[in-house]
Order: sequence, then C-alpha cells, then structure tokens
Amino acid sequence: MNTIFLILDILIDIIMVVLPLFLIVAYTTYSERKIIGFMQSRLGPTRVGPFGILQPIADVIKLLTKEVIIPSNASKGLFLTAPIIMLVPSLLVWSVIPLSEYFVIANINAGLLFILALTSLSVYGVILAGWASNSKYAFLGSMRSAAQIIAYEIAMGFALVGVLMAAGSLNLQEIILSQRGGIFNWYWLPLFPLFVIYLIAGVAETNRAPFDVSEGESEIVAGFHVEYSGVAFAMFFLAEYMNLILISILVSIMFFGGWLSPFEGTFFESYSQWIPGFVWLSIKTLSFIFIFLWLRATLPRYRYDQIMRLGWKIFLPITIIWIFLEGIMIYYKVEPWFVI
Amino acid sequence: MNVEIIIFYIFSLLLLSSSIAVVTVNNPVKSAISLVFSFFCSAILWLLLNAEFLSIILILVYVGAVMVLFLFVVMMLDINISQAKEGFVKYFSIGIFVFATIAGLLSYFFYNQFDNSSKNIITSIDLIGTDNTKNLGYLLYTEYLLAFEIAAIILLLGIISAITLTLRKSATNKYQNPSQQVNVSKSERLRIIKDEDREK
Repeated sequence: MNTIFLILDILIDIIMVVLPLFLIVAYTTYSERKIIGFMQSRLGPTRVGPFGILQPIADVIKLLTKEVIIPSNASKGLFLTAPIIMLVPSLLVWSVIPLSEYFVIANINAGLLFILALTSLSVYGVILAGWASNSKYAFLGSMRSAAQIIAYEIAMGFALVGVLMAAGSLNLQEIILSQRGGIFNWYWLPLFPLFVIYLIAGVAETNRAPFDVSEGESEIVAGFHVEYSGVAFAMFFLAEYMNLILISILVSIMFFGGWLSPFEGTFFESYSQWIPGFVWLSIKTLSFIFIFLWLRATLPRYRYDQIMRLGWKIFLPITIIWIFLEGIMIYYKVEPWFVI
Repeated sequence: MNVEIIIFYIFSLLLLSSSIAVVTVNNPVKSAISLVFSFFCSAILWLLLNAEFLSIILILVYVGAVMVLFLFVVMMLDINISQAKEGFVKYFSIGIFVFATIAGLLSYFFYNQFDNSSKNIITSIDLIGTDNTKNLGYLLYTEYLLAFEIAAIILLLGIISAITLTLRKSATNKYQNPSQQVNVSKSERLRIIKDEDREK
C-alpha cells in the first residue's frame, strides 16, 4: 500500500514538472520568433490570437495532425526510436533539478554526474536519426553533430568539475546552498572563465546557432532531421528547446545561485524575503534563455574547423588551467567563496 | 514481490538478450546499438547494488563517449557480412575452446567468491560515510593513490602513442593557420578599381 502511495506521489510530482515544462517550451518558441523578429525589425507571428499569442498551439496541432513519412530503405525501427532516444534523456534530467528550496523530484547525491551522463546520451538520437534516415544530408549532419558534441562535452565536464571542487558536493541543493550570501558569493565570479565556457559549450551541445552546423540549412538542408515530419519532427523540436531551457537552468544553478535571492546580505534583504526562491530561479533562467535567442539573432554560423579548434585547442586548456588556479584558491581558502 | 527484484529480473533479461543480439544481429550498426543497450542495462544493475558512481560513470564514459566513437566508425565502414561469416565452421572449434576457458575461469572465480563471502574487503577500510561516490574518491586519493596515478600515466602513454601513430605528415596535407587567417588585412583581399571609361 505504501509503495502505491509513493508511486502516486512521484507521479504527481512528475506531472507538476512536465506539464508546465511543455507549456514553457511552446512559449519559448513563440518568444524566440517574436524576439528575433523585433531584433530584425519584423513583427514575428501576429495572426493567431492577439499578438499571435496562440501561434505555438496552432503549431502543435499542425505537427500532431501531419503524416509521419518514413523514407524508403530507411531502417524503420531505428528511424522511429531516434526521436524518442533524443527526448527521453532531456526529460529525465529534470528529475534532479531543484526548482526551489523545497521542491525537487529526486534529491540524489550524485546529481551533477547524473546530469552529465544523461546529457551525453542525447547524441545517440542525432546519430541514429542521421543513419536510419538513409539520406546523405541527414548522415552528414549527424556526423558533424556527433564530433561537435563530443568535443564540447569534455570542456563542459571540466567546467562542472570546477563547480564540484568549489562546492565540495555533487548534490545540486548543496551546490546552491554553498553559494549563500548575495550576488558576489555566487560562483560566476571566482569561476568566471568556466562560466563563460559552460555557457558557450551549452550552446554547442544543444546544436543551436552559431554552432548549428548539424542543421546548417544553407549547406545540408536541415541536417539530421531532414527526413522527419509530423510528430517525429515535433519530438526533435521539443528536445532541442527542452535542452535549451535545461542549459539555462543549469547555468543559473551552478554559477548564479539557483533559487537564492540576489539581495542576500544587503539592505533589500528584509524587503525581498517574501519572494519565493522559484521566482528568482525563473528570472535567472529566463535571462539565459534570452541570451541564447539573442545569440541566434546576431551571430553567423561558425565554420566547422573553427568549431573544432575552439573546442579542443582553446576551451579545454583554459578549463584545465582554471581548475589548477581554483585548486590554489581553495588551498589558501580565498574569501568568501572557499571557506570550508 | 519486491520492486528491486522485479527491476533486477527485467534488466538482467534485457541485458542477456541484448548481449546475445550483439553477436547474432546481421547489421554491424545494430549490433553496436545492442552493445550500447547492454551497457545501459548493466549500469542499472550496478545501481541496484548501490554502486551509483560506477553505474553513472559507465553511462557517461562508455555509453556517452566510447560507444559514440565506435558507432561513428562502424557507420563509416562498409562491412560485407556474408564475407565475414565465411570462416564460421573453420573457427568454430577455436571459439568453443575460448568460450570454455573463459566460462571455466569465471565460474571458478565466482565459486571461490561465494565460498568465503564473509570476508568483505571494503569494510576493513574506514570509510567517511555511506555515500558511495565520496567513499570511492576518498579511497582513490588515500589508500590507492599510487595505483590510481600509475593507471593515469598508462592512459596518458596510450593517448600519446595513439596520437603519434595517426599523426602522419606528408607534402600533400593541407593545413590552415588560424593566426594567419586572423591577421589578414583589407588590402590583401580587396582591390578597388576605378572604372575610367565611365568617369569620362
């Protein structure tokens, strides 16, 4: 009986996270079109509902009712599982993300490792989609993407090693709690190079502009998902935007104190006490999502060899050097971050 | 029945069937994918043994990185299955011999393990808590520091030798020099020509 209640409790938690997440994904696509539109002196979607506010819902209905076309000579089973493999890890990661001081579905000890392991799985979706489609463009796109994701995953992992060293824990709640004490106690300041690298590697991991060579419309049509349509395409789309939100929320947790208030230890602290932690986390996450959209609107696509050079020859050495420097800082217990 | 036991049986079954699929499936890409799946299943079995660090690292390193490269190579190769299967009868006896040796050694090892299961190695070293990840890190950097560093140096040697083996320079190779590319000035690439006919 107790087991049943436990499972029900977990199910309710999952629904509480996943349903709003889908809504946020839908409105991230809307805000992306609107923001990029305004940045390029256009209006963006305006037709469905006031200010085009119902556009994402119309898009969802369109994608769900379209036919899923399976190319001839495609490996049918893999072709249809690839989008699922892409989507499942990016949903699963949300189980360990602390959304406020009280709410996290699974507060596990090795949370940071869990996130790293799951985000490394999404590359299978890309590779299998490219291979199973039996299309040259899709295959080229998946090859590019696989090499890119592996290159940037290493820099990303090292950036997280820096966070782990500073916090002394792999548990995400403890990482947030160790950043207590106002905006200058957050890790973005002592780990600034790692923060920048994590952010850029995050853009590369999610295959978004300016690192979107796996899609590269001008060269290989749409890259690995060129053969997909209908629901299968919608799943790739969903996974991409979910990963975008995930990277934003992870940057806010690792380097910007998660749900901690920025006014801690200042004059405003007593006035802002009533604001729940979830609001602060949302504000931080939304600003990073905005930065991602901003990047897409302003930067041209990287050349492929430059992407590789940036990942292996620039990011990797910088992270290793900074981890070494951080070790020295921890040894000398530099205030106020490394007092243990 | 206990939930853990149900999960154990489900994933052991999946592990066995996917491992068999690795050697029986005709398509090399599908066989590599079965290998990925069997790694995943064994990671879950480790998780059931409270070895969460090892299980997550298995997914992170083997599934997330090594097998991706493996799949990468297998997809690029054009392997002829019928040709590879030709020597099946010829090598069958050798295969049986290898199989019997490994199975015998493994069963001998496991038999001895279960025989003196009261001796648990881990408990003889003082640990700093129940957190598997922390304990492992603690042990690696205190008790087994030397072995750990030796393993690291062996890996480093492997990396260096692999790179030296693949790094062949020949006259036909083309390289880009990024610093030269960055230092290009406008006058090197752009020449303004005056259209004199029109100016008349």
